[in-house]
Amino acid sequence: MAVKDYLRERFFPHMWCPGCGHGTILNSLLRAVEELGLKKNDIVMTSGIGCSARISGYVDFHSLHTIHGRALAFATGVKLSRPNLNILVPMGDGDALAIGGNHFIHAARRNIDITAIVMNNRIYGMTGGQFSPLSGPGIKATTAPYLTIDSPFDVVKLATAAGASFVARSTAYHARESTEILKKAIAHKGFSVVEILSQCPTHYGRKNKEGDAVAMLEVQKNNTAKIGSKALAENPNLIPRGIFVQEERPEYCSEYDKIIQHAQQR
Amino acid sequence: MARKLKEHQINRDWCKGCGICVAFCPKQVLELDKHDKVVAVRPEDCICCKLCEIRCPDLAIEIILDEGEDND
Repeated sequence: MAVKDYLRERFFPHMWCPGCGHGTILNSLLRAVEELGLKKNDIVMTSGIGCSARISGYVDFHSLHTIHGRALAFATGVKLSRPNLNILVPMGDGDALAIGGNHFIHAARRNIDITAIVMNNRIYGMTGGQFSPLSGPGIKATTAPYLTIDSPFDVVKLATAAGASFVARSTAYHARESTEILKKAIAHKGFSVVEILSQCPTHYGRKNKEGDAVAMLEVQKNNTAKIGSKALAENPNLIPRGIFVQEERPEYCSEYDKIIQHAQQR
Repeated sequence: MARKLKEHQINRDWCKGCGICVAFCPKQVLELDKHDKVVAVRPEDCICCKLCEIRCPDLAIEIILDEGEDND
């Protein structure tokens, strides 16, 4: 099947701004699904609220567009009732780690077989450019006209500490790499977290004078490096990309099945 | 064997003219026209790397290869 066969073409052109990285992430994700040869009927995508969350409307899978920050809670319910389905949960940075921060760490702790994708553009785009817990200090936002002072979460470290058994990072610029990582994340049995750095030229880019989408992609290219690379060893200020955690650990639905069996034996 | 191009299938209704494909094409095959839509102005230089196709945020470009090639 071609990538377009996984789209609900009647909703295109999509609502994302020109040059929005979320479109590229959708593109990379569909390629991963296509290359894995997954059937549309075996995939459920749940999403919350935000620009990123609109992604569930564009894919021709089973989809749930739910409430803000609760995409993982709904996904947990779907997965427990139908463990054979592949659950994809794309979320924005605010949706995943501010409003849904608690759901995020607890889903990771349970190691439930869900693929969480954090589409991190470091801003709330849909509501007009407020800063998020991933913005970091020294950036301009509607809610921080004199620059932010908050430290950001490191999604990779947070997910690792919370217990996710697959943790990776890529960027919209590295679209091919994103697809390869997403393939591994979807195939992984357990809670997978893939942070993909995205660009919001409309709000983040304009307020912080980062230029257009092309200039923002250049930043993703120049400010990141693969883990284990010479570039990263020489400049630790670069943001590392790649797979940080990939471990086999007891998965929640399998453990739950064992408890059901145990209870029925009594 | 080098892959051979048949055409750049560009969906002008979906293209929003962000210029990502134009900027990152290694062979400068693409340009934006006066309506800010992408066109393949030098298709003969295309090496079918598909970087435009995989990075397009609007899913508006598809590289169609010559018959007999694998058009994934």
